[in-house]
Amino acid sequence: MCGICGALNFDSHPVDAGSISSMIAAFRHRGPDDRGVFIDNGVGLGHARLSIIDLVGGHQPMQSRDRNLTITFNGEIFNYIELRDELERCGHHFATSSDTEVILHLYQEEGEQCVLRFNGQWAFAIWDQRNQKLFLSRDRMGVRPLFYTETPHGFRFASEMKALLADSSVSMDIDLYALDQIFTFWSTIPPRTPFKNIHQLPPGCSLTVDRNGLRVHRYWSLSFPDRDDLFSDQDEKLAEELREILLDATRIRLRSDVPVGAYLSGGIDSTITTALAASIVGDRLRSFSITFDDSEFNEGHFQQEASAFLKTDHSSFACTGSDIADSIPQVVWHGEQPILRTAPAPMFLLARLVRESGFKVVLTGEGADEILGGYDIFKEAKIRRFWARDLSSRMRPLLLKRLYPYMDGIQRQSLAYLRHFFRVSERDLASPFFSHLPRWELTARLKLLFSSDVCEQIRDYDAMDELAQHLPREFASWCPFNQAEYLETTGLLPGYILSSQGDRMAMAHSVEGRFPFLDHRVVEFASRLSPNLKMKALNEKSLLKRACSRLVPPSILNRPKQPYRAPGGSCFFGPTEPPYIDELLSPEALERSRIFDPRAVSVLLAKFRSGRATSAKDNMAFTGVLSTQLLVDQFIQNPRRHLHSCKQGLLDQKFATL
Amino acid sequence: MQTGVIGSEIRDFVITNFLFGKADGLSDDESLLENGVIDSTGVLELVSFLQERFDIRIEDDEIIPANLDSVDNLVHYVSRKTGVNA
Repeated sequence: MCGICGALNFDSHPVDAGSISSMIAAFRHRGPDDRGVFIDNGVGLGHARLSIIDLVGGHQPMQSRDRNLTITFNGEIFNYIELRDELERCGHHFATSSDTEVILHLYQEEGEQCVLRFNGQWAFAIWDQRNQKLFLSRDRMGVRPLFYTETPHGFRFASEMKALLADSSVSMDIDLYALDQIFTFWSTIPPRTPFKNIHQLPPGCSLTVDRNGLRVHRYWSLSFPDRDDLFSDQDEKLAEELREILLDATRIRLRSDVPVGAYLSGGIDSTITTALAASIVGDRLRSFSITFDDSEFNEGHFQQEASAFLKTDHSSFACTGSDIADSIPQVVWHGEQPILRTAPAPMFLLARLVRESGFKVVLTGEGADEILGGYDIFKEAKIRRFWARDLSSRMRPLLLKRLYPYMDGIQRQSLAYLRHFFRVSERDLASPFFSHLPRWELTARLKLLFSSDVCEQIRDYDAMDELAQHLPREFASWCPFNQAEYLETTGLLPGYILSSQGDRMAMAHSVEGRFPFLDHRVVEFASRLSPNLKMKALNEKSLLKRACSRLVPPSILNRPKQPYRAPGGSCFFGPTEPPYIDELLSPEALERSRIFDPRAVSVLLAKFRSGRATSAKDNMAFTGVLSTQLLVDQFIQNPRRHLHSCKQGLLDQKFATL
Repeated sequence: MQTGVIGSEIRDFVITNFLFGKADGLSDDESLLENGVIDSTGVLELVSFLQERFDIRIEDDEIIPANLDSVDNLVHYVSRKTGVNA
């Protein structure tokens, strides 16, 4: 796990080692163990290394023996051992025991198609000298990040956008359409990023850059069978199959030359990944979690139960409101996009605990809710659609009471109000976004906070229209449950969960997350399951629970689902209000960045400062405004000041030739 | 208290509390729910405001859209509860 960057000049300018060194310095947290630079006239590649596999031989950038191919690679190819055996049988000789070298050999053998053979999480770039092209690729699910931009000289790429800023010809400006998307979906639609002219390579895509320009090629996409072709065999057989694939997905994710720990949240998913890992390792595992004072968010009790059941050595970080408030500026610097929830902050602090405990790698349970039917949004959509078939029914809306058992604000509602909140109209039923409309429409109300200038500029823009254009052609032929899973798995998962809460928070402390549920074999198997196997009546992740019932203590198996959440805006107010609140949210500061309406923000702040009850919408509004203002300060108004802390000496060329 | 005063106080509360102070063309007969002005926790905020400001007790079975779902409905409801003729 590492950070990568590079440059390809289209004009005759040589790339200088200094500019690559500055890019590496910007993301040195991703790889504190080693650095490397490769320069060949108009091409430069950089690498910051977190040594995990082949600690001695894995130096990068790495060059093939014939000097034709040079790679800089962030991530892991978990099936590298099997691929290496296969390549050796075809006559390939290996100089190291790294997965990096396997990529080079497989690229030599199969060219750009090699990515189809990888089981892993990756972002890499290969300079193919003979063909004078740069080939970049990003993993299927979007675990590892990869950004790029074009400058007057040529092409630049990096694991984090701040490294692009290190190039003096790159400046950043907020992309207002991206802002509209974030204030609707909580994330942008790739390749868009929060910044104009800075793009991300979408998950499941490769990119070729040569003198003819840039070409993005999708090599994999999440797909579902037509309704009639879904697996609906006996549960037991499928449950066994699911358990076997998950076990293997976990097994290959334990390949590491340093010890692997586990996140243990107290929910089913991370208990399963930890249990599978413990059964393979056969030794006591180290596990890590976050606890909160507030019982609305705290899952400490379940974490203790899971740890005792699985016999792990457990450590937890007791996260307070001021921990969240104090870390948000760093969270935004690392996360590089506006966030509507504070939930990334505890993940940032959890990664720090992992690192301080001497671990670089953790297994985590993300992805199960998306691909195996865990989220309440799927349940909500199922009830709303069921109700819509008989809108006059007096009984059907009662099911709405079963939604969100952990949300007091919902539980205390009268039925008449719930009917309104989850109302179903003809127009909604016809929308491809039926499942997500309540969430997105609520979030989009936050756009009231935009300044009149911003509103004017995006007046004719509709984020949902743009998303509709990105849907695959087959989308309409999938059943509604799978449509909802698609939206969640290709939207929020890479755009927020794996980035803002995932890679960026973990890598801020040089920690690599590994995700057994996001092994593409698990994802593809899950996509073929009939929705009734995922959510049986209103029992979420039904098949997964059945498959892993013996791995999880009954109290955790049977507890109602509680999504990970953290205390919100209230953390920032009271006697310890951090000074940056006023510095960034004063009318003058808001006038300078011109994104939000100063009066509207002052009304919002007054509500928080008064100590009155605040709603989910208020909390999203506050976090959204604050994080956007931080982003503008760090990346647009004062980038040099923030990059300065990353400054390091010039690196000479240093790369490994096999 | 005059109905007009009740109306303007309620309207101010809705605009300040749910619309970040932006009236945004809010009309008095507009459904607060259907237009996304309030979310689920918003209803509870509304109820506690009405109880405190107008010194009334709101029973659970009164928390229904017919009473609370527009500025007009709210004014009628509060007027009835406080004995002011609407």
